[in-house]
Formats: sequence, structure tokens, C-alpha cells
Amino acid sequence: MRHGDTMRYIGTTPAQRAEMLRTIGVADVEALLERIPSKARLGRDLAVSPALAETELVSHLGALAARNAHADGHVCFMGGGAYDHYVPSVTNHLLLRSEFFTAYTPYQPEASQGTLRTIYEYQTMICELTGMDVTNASVYDGGSALAEAALMAHGVTEREQIVVSGALSPLARRVVAAYCAGPRLPIKVVPWRDGVTDLDALAKTVSAKTAGVLVQYPNFFGALEDLDGAAAIAHKHGALLVVAVDPIALGLLRPPGEAGADIVVGEGQGLGNHLAYGGPYLGLFSCRKELIRRMPGRLVGATVDREGRRGFVLTLQTREQHIRREKATSNICTNVALVALGATIYLSLMGKEGLRKVASLSTAKAHYAAQVLSRVPGVAPRFGAPFFKEFVLKLPKSPDRVLRALRKQKILGGVALGAYDRELRDCVLVAVTERRTRAEIDAYAEALAAVVA
Amino acid sequence: MGAYPEELRYTREHEWAKVEGPRARIGITQYAQDQLGDVVFVELPKAGAKVSQMQSFGVVESVKAVSDLFAPLSGEVVEVNQSLTERPEQVNQDPYGAGWMIMIAMANPKELDALMSAAQYEEYLKSAGGH
Repeated sequence: MRHGDTMRYIGTTPAQRAEMLRTIGVADVEALLERIPSKARLGRDLAVSPALAETELVSHLGALAARNAHADGHVCFMGGGAYDHYVPSVTNHLLLRSEFFTAYTPYQPEASQGTLRTIYEYQTMICELTGMDVTNASVYDGGSALAEAALMAHGVTEREQIVVSGALSPLARRVVAAYCAGPRLPIKVVPWRDGVTDLDALAKTVSAKTAGVLVQYPNFFGALEDLDGAAAIAHKHGALLVVAVDPIALGLLRPPGEAGADIVVGEGQGLGNHLAYGGPYLGLFSCRKELIRRMPGRLVGATVDREGRRGFVLTLQTREQHIRREKATSNICTNVALVALGATIYLSLMGKEGLRKVASLSTAKAHYAAQVLSRVPGVAPRFGAPFFKEFVLKLPKSPDRVLRALRKQKILGGVALGAYDRELRDCVLVAVTERRTRAEIDAYAEALAAVVA
Repeated sequence: MGAYPEELRYTREHEWAKVEGPRARIGITQYAQDQLGDVVFVELPKAGAKVSQMQSFGVVESVKAVSDLFAPLSGEVVEVNQSLTERPEQVNQDPYGAGWMIMIAMANPKELDALMSAAQYEEYLKSAGGH
């Protein structure tokens, strides 16, 4: 579409339709369909209710939306990958500015210096958080970032086997399995022990066939893994260590880059983006500089123009499929610019101190909650490993039933783990962010006591 | 050294091979580096990898283009020019010397017959002009 052209989303008139039929020499639209066997045709009009007036439609949709249970109408202790961190109001105000409100890197990217600059700032901040040299412009979400990392480990090492920690999000593991199915990369899952990856089992599994070792930090159960231990095992056999992080936790924890991670990925939703069923979320992707040629995704670089002025460009595009075709590092050719911008605004606003505070408040409140909830008769922490803002509780009654009863009291009590791991069918995963108050945590404990009594 | 040394054998894809006993050293020609412009990255196989005649063994990337590198001869890679990782510009500066890429143990020296001499290669450049 050229500038000045107008795309009109307006249906055709009966006169236009008649003209089109006349042009192709057909009597009516029905004649175009006569090749379709009658038994495959519906034979009546679609049962669609009559059109509503705009006022009716708005209240109808409002009523439907009100049937959703959402984090703002409930006290949310659910996590498992997406978290109810506070989204400062300035984030939306800046995001919704028309200059930014497009999810795409423009097709002539260098024309949009402002967009490229925000992506460059985003990349820089994520590098600082993860302790890595390079970060791409983002991928779709934490799961696809992890899967791309598995493919990248395969590309770098020219090996096939992917070793995955059993304490890594089972949902993210499913994405990895889906991505690895095409190239037929075999996946080995290493069991957990007391809530963390069993390093003895890991050492026995990793070999000269292993391309990458995938762990999560903090892991799916909220516990802190021994990254140095995992890195030593991976590197001993020439495999890459891939670490999936919660970026909020990195406000407090040592960057995985310092522990020897080769690729760091993560779900970035918690950085200034609201919970949303189905996303869009934010895939963080960082790596060491030596691996940059194998990195997937778009990459913004800083440069100078002929007059020496600073500018931003898409760089190293020879990795990408519009140039390298079937030899590209990945088939991803876009990013989630707007969600990444949300994270950039959030991190700029928080700064080092603010992020540290969000992280330490979340930890302190989570540890308080673990204490208080464990005092409920029959309820106990499932694991002893140190945790960040999430922990696993063993319940004396069916977690599904307990969570349903809590939901009636407007408490989203956590994620039942039975669907992911039979061994944890009596357990619930509880997340506590900086948004939860002492009163809310105490009220949760009280409600839980009543429900399990 | 002239543009196309006599002792080398050439491919239609603009690689050269220099026989050194049972081995052959491989690189790209003066013409190739000139057409590519400034080389910014060279991706080469690891020692121990097997290459086959006229199959891709690596990639050369310049400010203008990305191109596959084709093996003039089949064999096993016994040495790789690691210095190209840090200084890929050697491919431009000295394509037959410091800019060499890999050394292979030849699997079948008869394959040399399929390659061009310096005179044939120059003739080929004049007629086809490469591509």
C-alpha cells in the first residue's frame, strides 16, 4: 500500500456484486458453489442472533467480561510463570502514545529511530540484568525463548541431545518439545530432588552428545538452583548452559552470566506488563558475545551516520531468514516491541534501587506467607530448598477443591501441581509479589484454615 | 604473487586449492574477495569434519553479502585458520596467504582433475565473469 492510498473495509453493494457476476459471466453467487456436494452444505441460514445496537453490544460484552475472574478483582497468589507485579500507571500512559502503539518493527526500520532506540535501551538493560553480552530485540514469550535457546545450543555445538531439568516449568518444557520435534532433537528430563534439579542425576545424563542443559532460576517451584554446579557439569562435556530466569528476581540475585550461563532467557511479563490470558508476553533472550552469529531474532545496534551523529540500525541481519533463507538461525523475524517497551519503561522507572526493592519485598512477603500458611494444621512446606517469591505447600485436602473454595472468597490461592507432576498431586504452588499486603496474607491463612479444617 | 598463482587449482565458485603433499589448503580467490568487499565474518567447520567436493563447508560474510564456501576437494578437515575469527580482513588483504581457510587431508586426489588451472580460471572469469 502506498502512502495516500486508502484501504476501505466496506462491503460490496448489490450493484457491485451484480457487476462482478456479469463480468465473469455467472448468473448468481449460488452458481459459484454448485461444485460443492449438497451433503457438505448447511442448507439453511446460520443461526446468528440479530445485530445489536452499539449500546446493547457494549453492555452485553461488558457482562461477558465481568464473568472473568481477574487479578484486580481477587487477591492473587497465582504464579507459575506469570505474576501479579504492580504495573505503574505511567507505563500505560507512555505505551499508548500513538508514536509507540504498534507492535511491529517497521519494514524500513531505520526510518523509526525512536522505536529502534527504545529497543536498544531494552537490550542494554536486559544485558545488565542477566550479566550477558548481547540481548536480542525480544521473542514471543518465555516458552518460545527457551525453545529457541535449545535450537541455538544445537546450532552452536552441532549436537542433538537437549537435557532439561524436571524443575523447569512443565509448560515451557512442552514448548521446547514442540520446537525440537521438527529437527528431531531428543530431550532428556533430569529429575528434581527436594525441589531443585538433582545434580548427581544431571552429571550422569550430560555427555559429549549433549547440546544444551536447560535449567530455570528460580525454578518452577520458586527454588534457587545451584547454577555454578549446573554450569560445571554442562561445560565439562562441551554443552551450553541455558538458564530461564524471572527478571524480577535478578534485582536481588547474582546474574546467571556470572555463574557461567551461555544463554539466558526468560519470561518478561512481570516487568511492567499486565497479566493477560494468552499474552502477548515477552521473551527475553541474551547470550555471550562469541555466540552472537547463532543467535535468533532481531538485534538493534548503535552506530554513527556520515556526520558522526549517533543512530540505531538493525544489525547482523545475515543471521535472519530474509537473507539466509533455510540457513537462518531461526524462523523468527519479528519481536514483541510494544511489550518490550513496557519492560523498558518499567525498568527505567524502577532503576536499580526500585527493582531491588520490588524483588526484596516479594521475597520477604513470600517468606512471611510461607510461615503463616504453614501454621495452618495439616499444611506444610513441601521442600526445604531456599526460595525467592514462590513456594510449594502440601495440603491435607484436594488442592483443586481447596482452590475452588478459596476462589469463592475472592482469593486465587495458587496453582495446583497435580496436573504437572503426579508426585505433587497434594501440592499447591503459591506466589507472593510485592503487591500482597500482610492483611491479605493473613486473610489467606485464615480462609485456608477454614477450608482444610 | 600474481592475481591467480600458477600452483593453485580453482573452482567455478571461486575457491582455490593448493596441494601440499597428501593435503590441500583451501581459500577464496582474489576475484572472490574483490567481489565480496570487506569480509566481516568467516564461519568454518571444526577440525575432524568431513567435506565433499563442491559441497558447502562454511560461510563468508561481507558488508555486501553472505556466501557459501564450496570445497574444491573431498576430505577431512585437519586444520582451520583460527586467526580469521578475530581478523577476517586477512581474506581481503592476502587471499592466498594469511587468508587461507582450511586444510584438508585429500580423500581422492583424482578430484583435482575437475578443477581449473590458473589460465583456465582466468579464461573462465573473462568469459563468464563469474556471477
